[in-house]
Amino acid sequence: MANGAKDKNTHAAPELDEAQAAHPTHDPGHGPPPEPGFWRKYVFSTDHKVIGIQYGITALLFLLIGFCLVMLMRWQLAYPGEALPLIGKLFGEANMPDGVMQPEFYNQLGAMHGTIMVFLGIVPLAVGAFGNYVVPLQIGAPDMAFPKLNMASYWVYFLGGVVMLASFFVPAGAAKAGWTSYPPLADIETMGQTMWLIGMLFLITSSLLGAVNFLTTIIQLRAPGMTFMRMPFFVWAQFVTAFLLLLAFPPLEAAAIFQLMDRLAGTSFFLPSGLVVSGEVLDVAGGGSPLLWQHLFWFLAHPEVYVLILPAMGIVAEIIANNTRKPLWGYKALVYSVIFLGFMSFIVWAHHMFITGMGTTISAFFQVTTMIISIPSVVILSALFISLWGGSIRFTTPMLFALGFLPMFGIGGLTGLPLGLAPTDIHLHDTYYVIGHFHYVVAPGTIIALFAGIYYWFPKITGRKMNDRLGKIHFWGTILFMNGIFFPMFIQGMAGVSRRLYDGGQVYQIAEPVIHYNEFMSICAWLLALAQIPFIINFFMSLKKGEKVEANVWKATTLEWSAAPSPPVAHGNFPKLPTVHRGPYEYSVPGHDRDYLPQDEAPTVAVER
Amino acid sequence: MDIPYTVTARPDTGVFNAKLGVWLFLASEVMLFGGLFAGYVFLRIGAPAWPGALHGETYAHASEVLNVPLATLNTFVLIASSVTMVMAWASLMMKNFARYRLYMGGTIALAFVFLIVKVFEYGSKFEHGLFPSESNFLAIYFTLTGLHALHVIGGIIVNTYFWGPGAKMWRTDPKRFTNRIEVAGLYWHFVDLVWIFLFPTIYLL
Repeated sequence: MANGAKDKNTHAAPELDEAQAAHPTHDPGHGPPPEPGFWRKYVFSTDHKVIGIQYGITALLFLLIGFCLVMLMRWQLAYPGEALPLIGKLFGEANMPDGVMQPEFYNQLGAMHGTIMVFLGIVPLAVGAFGNYVVPLQIGAPDMAFPKLNMASYWVYFLGGVVMLASFFVPAGAAKAGWTSYPPLADIETMGQTMWLIGMLFLITSSLLGAVNFLTTIIQLRAPGMTFMRMPFFVWAQFVTAFLLLLAFPPLEAAAIFQLMDRLAGTSFFLPSGLVVSGEVLDVAGGGSPLLWQHLFWFLAHPEVYVLILPAMGIVAEIIANNTRKPLWGYKALVYSVIFLGFMSFIVWAHHMFITGMGTTISAFFQVTTMIISIPSVVILSALFISLWGGSIRFTTPMLFALGFLPMFGIGGLTGLPLGLAPTDIHLHDTYYVIGHFHYVVAPGTIIALFAGIYYWFPKITGRKMNDRLGKIHFWGTILFMNGIFFPMFIQGMAGVSRRLYDGGQVYQIAEPVIHYNEFMSICAWLLALAQIPFIINFFMSLKKGEKVEANVWKATTLEWSAAPSPPVAHGNFPKLPTVHRGPYEYSVPGHDRDYLPQDEAPTVAVER
Repeated sequence: MDIPYTVTARPDTGVFNAKLGVWLFLASEVMLFGGLFAGYVFLRIGAPAWPGALHGETYAHASEVLNVPLATLNTFVLIASSVTMVMAWASLMMKNFARYRLYMGGTIALAFVFLIVKVFEYGSKFEHGLFPSESNFLAIYFTLTGLHALHVIGGIIVNTYFWGPGAKMWRTDPKRFTNRIEVAGLYWHFVDLVWIFLFPTIYLL
């Protein structure tokens, strides 16, 4: 059986080769293409590697901006009403008179922190940067299927970011209705909310262009012999992620259009009849429903959670296989889990809405689907844990981050279970427990994995390795202070402290026993910022002075390492398109001199048969 | 290095890149209009009457407010434009470029007819003070048909490009140009199909 399958695969490869030979990739009529100028090469480039780097740099900057916003908020939470020393007066009389933060400004910071981190920071870094750079290389493609769309996708994303940032400077400032933009509040908000909606439309368009491109690339441009079950797990994760982006974002686009109509054309899609604002009945047609927004919003925003986490899992899987020097445990189970997870993520959205008064039947349905979706997540995490068993682990910097991801994502995932069940969720809803839960998934989870990816693929992109000592300082500082910030949130949340409180819960008696954690969490947040300095120094220093390394520095099996130089060839990636002969993780195969067998290495007959 | 399968189909998937790309794009469009239609269903279920009261009068049927004959005319206009679009592609397959120009021109002209009818329809609504802000019925009517009209405009832009400057490719790379028209056609049929759903949902039900 196994032999038969192998025969079929080795057969398929030459056929594809012929198909490519029939359409020569080099047109003999033209010579080599002329070297593009500066603008074509670095700014409006159609090369997926340059676009990936553009995405990466922009997204890292947005992560920094989003982090700065929350550091300001943490001052207010730790020391409510006290003037922010030194820089407090820079934010203007309207926002921080004499350095004291106004509630409206706090709300702007909160809404924009969430929006920037999710839509402008993590997704563009996980999908736009890593996906763009690594996926075509890992499947042996010369570029993305639609290079111009790829460029458009980046620039539309960039515009969306500009609109979002510009909204801070319109009258009354940026959006203040939270990153979820719940109406009716969002409907009657100031101009910043309109900017938020327009910015979101840009970001949705950008991810649509990206998703079409990723899917077409993975389906159409796999190298000869690269069957679906020989794709690295990272490619699978990006594949499912692209489907989520393709199909989950449009309903939010519909919702954004409805809300724009409400704000600009005076409709009442989300405004019920007889709504009283500031003591007066709102003069609108009425008859709308705020719940409609919540349904459409969470129809996107739940799959969005998996858009954040799946690429992270993909990165971790690559690094673990490479650094344990053995195959991933249960590759097929991982692949089927990630597909199943993608499907399920479309039918769990209403577990964000248990307290909206939906009936017990609907609530039961969404509790069941939510419990079911935790199964593939556990399968993936368990498979990654078991992969460590019996491996001779190399504790490289990327591996440290990948190992850090496992327990951190475990905490994030397990603390989500009480939120997926209505009886416990009703107590915990809208408390700091929720904040703690999803930050564990996103910060010590996803962001740690993204750091792992940066350390892992940096040598591929630049030809130089990042400094290990600074990397290790960065790792320990990050993991320690992230836990310092987010763990006390569980304690506060279980005590009943509500999220989005301007004073951190000072006026509530229930918060009294746990409110002292606020100061500790804030200090951890500022120390976390300090812990990022070694990373920033390391990043720029290694660009210029990092240790020069060979193309396959990690001795990896996947194509981006084994078949392409570092950095890969400018247009086309590979000196010669590779042919794939085996699965992605053939580490420590018995009977070989080396402990890794690259996917593109031609089999020696004696060993294979 | 050129990107493979831009013109010819990949043997194991059976499609060229752009064809797969446009089908994926249309899947996303289905979700967009699906979300909008879901909003329509959600609001209508919650409404005590549909279309309900407008300027003090209560209507029991959408057809009393909206102009069904004009919309019926527009339905036939769009269906006809889909037919001419197929003919345009078929003409290229038969290597008859002059006939392609004719049919593509017809598609564009019919799309303009659709928009002009739409302008008259909207105009008469505004004249009678029927704005989106009057009721949820009108709000959903204007939002859905307006978004559909934007899709029609998008189609006009694409088709006009392929009728005019984009048609130069016929001389250098006829196979690829024919593929492009096929892909543009798939989009155009989708725009037509959306209207086929919109028309009964909003005007008749």
